[in-house]
Amino acid sequence: MTGQTPLLAVEKVETFYGNIRALNGVDVSVNQGEIVALIGANGAGKSTLMMTICGAPHARAGRITFDGTDITAMPTHEIARLRIAQSPEGRRIFPRMSVRENLQMGASLDNMQYFDQDVEKVFALFPRLKERIDQRGGTLSGGEQQMLSIGRALMARPKLLLLDEPSLGLAPLIVKQIFDAIRELNRTEGLTVFLVEQNAFGALKLAHRGYVMVNGAVTMSGSGRDLLANPEVRAAYLEGGRH
Amino acid sequence: MTAISDNTARSTSSPYGEAIRQALYAALLSAGLFFFFIGLESTQDISNRLILRSHWGVLATVVALVAIGRFLFIAFVLPAVDRRRANRGPIAVVAEKDQSFLRRHRFKIMIALLVLYPVIIVSTVGMQGSLKWVNNFGVQVLIYVMLAWGLNIVVGLAGLLDLGYVAFYAVGAYAYALLGTHFGLSFWILLPAAGIMAAFWGVLLGFPVLRLRGDYLAIVTLAFGEIIRLVLINWRDVTKGSAGISGIPKITFFGWFDFNVSSPNYIGKVFDIPTSGAYYTIFLYYLILALALLTAFVTIRLRRLPVGRAWEALREDEIACRSLGINTTNTKLTAFAIGAMFGGFAGAFFAARQGFINPESFVFLQSAIILAIVVLGGMGSLSGIAIAALVMIGGMEILREMQFLKLVFGQNFTPELYRMLLFGIAMVVVMVWKPRGFVGSREPTAYLKEARAVSSTFTKEGHG
Ligand SMILES: Nc1ncnc2c1ncn2[C@@H]1O[C@H](COP(=O)(O)OP(=O)(O)O)[C@@H](O)[C@H]1O
Ligand SMILES: [Mg+2]
Repeated sequence: MTGQTPLLAVEKVETFYGNIRALNGVDVSVNQGEIVALIGANGAGKSTLMMTICGAPHARAGRITFDGTDITAMPTHEIARLRIAQSPEGRRIFPRMSVRENLQMGASLDNMQYFDQDVEKVFALFPRLKERIDQRGGTLSGGEQQMLSIGRALMARPKLLLLDEPSLGLAPLIVKQIFDAIRELNRTEGLTVFLVEQNAFGALKLAHRGYVMVNGAVTMSGSGRDLLANPEVRAAYLEGGRH
Repeated sequence: MTAISDNTARSTSSPYGEAIRQALYAALLSAGLFFFFIGLESTQDISNRLILRSHWGVLATVVALVAIGRFLFIAFVLPAVDRRRANRGPIAVVAEKDQSFLRRHRFKIMIALLVLYPVIIVSTVGMQGSLKWVNNFGVQVLIYVMLAWGLNIVVGLAGLLDLGYVAFYAVGAYAYALLGTHFGLSFWILLPAAGIMAAFWGVLLGFPVLRLRGDYLAIVTLAFGEIIRLVLINWRDVTKGSAGISGIPKITFFGWFDFNVSSPNYIGKVFDIPTSGAYYTIFLYYLILALALLTAFVTIRLRRLPVGRAWEALREDEIACRSLGINTTNTKLTAFAIGAMFGGFAGAFFAARQGFINPESFVFLQSAIILAIVVLGGMGSLSGIAIAALVMIGGMEILREMQFLKLVFGQNFTPELYRMLLFGIAMVVVMVWKPRGFVGSREPTAYLKEARAVSSTFTKEGHG
């Protein structure tokens, strides 16, 4: 993959919460058509990186480019309009809105004409959502909410899909369904995915490449397979149960 | 919480025995409580001596009412509520076609009733008698319906707690009053102008509070409402201060005819009908009805458009909104502007109806009442808010009519002084029985069949 300019390039990014530095010079790149996983312990700064890419909060130092555009200081809603879609940590679906309305919120104004077609695609991926189309988001099960959150992100026809811990708190069977869906999207549509996971085993198996984050900095990177075989990674994130 | 503990105690003994026991207990309690409040009164006699006067009759009436009320509540109301709870499954799916004709066409029926209301009143109590009913009930209630629907855009849809809404009402009223008296411009030109001016102030308020939410936002909007009122009081050169503005021109019917008896285009002369003050009142009724329906129509349309959906999404989760590409700044500002605009319309109407305005009409209590109507109605539900306005404002007006209460409570009893009590009681009742307002469930903007789950709206995340 060398020689190609990455779709997303995060260079030496530092992000602060007040005076506390949460990201400490992070370098990450995601190429077109890849699934890239970022693993790390609780509080490592994974979600902070995701949110920094979306510009909430903005990076205080370093540079983030997407598709050749510098997005470091861009307002969040403009970044989203470049078709970076996120399924954020905690899903953040709209609980009082129906499944259909949640999906409507995901579709951007420019591609409203594709709405029906895109909804059908989401339903093909997650048939469970179709059965619950008029149910309120807040009454869905955790797995369904996660599916809705991903579905809502897909409605924006993203060039880059950011997923923050899609497996959090879900039963293994549901996790498998969701990971299968991500792999399917990547294979059939060439969708580029950057996902954050604590479930290191599942994520590294799914991803082409992976990064390991410790205390706000990337300490290791490599192909998913290599990282899975790496003794340090195994000791820190894999042994003692697959989360 | 008490209802739950009641539950277990109740299931053991017979409902009537228990009810009698509780009624006696309540009677005893209220007798003790009201002994000093109602039973005894200290007044001065002719020679200015302090004397005690007793009201045993009234005390007995109140105690009896409490006992009977408690008996009925325990014996009949609670079991009925229990039965209803037991019958209600955890998730009831109501199919559209199961609903009765009345339910399906309830909006059309409601609008038809509203349109026919003056006709019904005039034909039952006559032209002159209709004045009170059309004006005090019809127009008064509809003004509050419109204000509450306008505030609903800001509070109910966008979730921005605004305690200073009356400021926009004031801006609209003064805009019409000042421009109408100084330049003699017609209401039909000044109505949109008042709306635009109020919207402008809405945006002006919106900018500094963009980053605020919840209680902080509430405090700033409260202050904003007070600032506008103080400016109106103190900017005497323009607003005439507390003296207010009088002689505000009446509205004409698009210049075709008007309601000034002395004018050559007086409605009575144009149509050759007898002179009566009721025409203007009836005209005002239809005007405010049209304005209120316009508010509702715009709200319903906007909810289906991206901006309306963005408001609702904003209320639910601001961070999610931003990451979905919604410009939250613009979204909030449009909510403030459009909400304020309807407040401005209502204000212009109010000024034209009263013919006289002063800052006393725009005190914080007004904002509180409008907000209470929105909350009681169920934050976001148009029909719920209309019902709440009818109960609250109509209830206040009805209290005025309850002169017979003087027979029970004595000649010094002035029922309209107890209007705030009505608010208090309504608040408590609604919060106990329907904590999410009269019509608490939000209707989706697009649906096939409605699925309702008891605790749906409280659940943030499912378990799965
Ligand atoms: N909104 C915030 N304000 C202050 N500190 C925060 C905030 N969000 C996260 N942090 C801190 O930043 C660090 C990284 O958090 P986070 O990115 O959520 O970690 P992860 O997603 O890897 O579990 C943690 O120490 C956390 O306490
Ligand atoms: Mg996290």
